[in-house]
Amino acid sequence: MHEFGVTESIVSIVLSKAKEARAHRITEINLVVGELSGFVPDCIQFYFDFVSKDSIAEGATLRFELAPAEIRCRNCGTIFHPQDTSWNCPKCQGQNVEMTGGRELYVRSMEVE
Amino acid sequence: MKKIEVVQNILKANDYIAAQNQQLLNENGVFAINIMSAPGAGKTSLILQTIARLKNKLRIAVIEGDVASTLDSERVRSEVTDVVQITTRNMSESCTLIANMVSRALERMPLRDVALLLIENVGNLICPSEFALGEHRRVVVSSLPEGDDKPMKYPVIFADADAVVINKVDFLPYVEFDISSFQNALRVLNPKVAIFQVSCKTGIGIENWCSWLLTELEASRQRSPHLTSPLKGEE
Repeated sequence: MHEFGVTESIVSIVLSKAKEARAHRITEINLVVGELSGFVPDCIQFYFDFVSKDSIAEGATLRFELAPAEIRCRNCGTIFHPQDTSWNCPKCQGQNVEMTGGRELYVRSMEVE
Repeated sequence: MKKIEVVQNILKANDYIAAQNQQLLNENGVFAINIMSAPGAGKTSLILQTIARLKNKLRIAVIEGDVASTLDSERVRSEVTDVVQITTRNMSESCTLIANMVSRALERMPLRDVALLLIENVGNLICPSEFALGEHRRVVVSSLPEGDDKPMKYPVIFADADAVVINKVDFLPYVEFDISSFQNALRVLNPKVAIFQVSCKTGIGIENWCSWLLTELEASRQRSPHLTSPLKGEE
C-alpha cells in the first residue's frame, strides 16, 4: 500500500498546477508509470477516489500510460525491450546491460476547466 | 477545457527529503546503510552480526522498520543503545520506509556521537527500491531458501544495490541454489556490485562484509569533509 503516499503526491501536484492555471475543475490526469516501477495503477486509482474527495480533482479520470522496460547493452549500445526474464542483448548476446526505461513515475499532463 | 503540461516526478518530494536526511547525516559524520530484503532473509541477523564485530570500533545506531511489532528492535536493543523503531502499520503514507519517516527517526538520535547507522527496511523486494531514505549505500540480503532467481524476478532492487549479501550459505547442501548463476544474473544488471557469501548463524563471511563496510565508510569520509574520523581510536 505504498501507493497511498504516491497518490497524495499526485493530488498535491495537480492541485498546485490547477491553482497556478486558475482552473476550477480537473477533469483528466495523465500519468506515466514504468513497467518496472513498483506501482500498481489500480491501487493509485483506488486511493485517488479517496484522496481527491472534496477537492477540485474529485471525479477526474486517471489515464495511465505504461512505459515499457527498456534495456541498453553496455557492449554494443543496442536498446531493447526484454522479454520475460532474459536480459541478454539480442544482438551481441552481451551480458552487461543497464536499465534505461521502465522506472518512470510522473504526471505528464492534465485537462482542466 | 484546457490542457496543461505538467511532467513532474511524483517521487520528487521523497527524494528531496532523502537529500536533506543525507545532508544532516553528513554534517554529523554518520554513514548510513539501507538494508533491504524479502521477509526472513536475515536482515536483523546481519545487523546483529555486524554490531558484534564492529561495536568496539565505532558507535552504531539502528533504525528498525517493520509493518508490525517491535520484536526486531528488542533483539537489537540488547546490543546497542541507539535504536529507533518505525512501525509502518500505524502510518497512512506507506507500508515501506520513506524518507519522511527516517527524518523523524533521526530527530530522536544522538547523531553527533554515531558513526554508522544501519537502517533495516521493511521485508519486501519491490516497494523499498522506489524510496530513497538518505542512505549512503544500499544493501540487499538474499538467502538460499528463497531460490537463485531473485535478481531476475526483482531486477530494480538488485540493479540499484551497492552490495548483495547472500545469507544462509550453510543451507547449500539442502536447497537448490546455484550461487554462480545467481551472481552472473546479478552482474548482468549491476556489474559493479559487491557480493558477499555469509552465514549469520555460523559467522562465516561476516568478516569480509564488515571490512567492506569499513572501507566504504572511510571512502565516504574522504569524499565528504563533514565526515570526520568516525573510527574510535583514530581520533
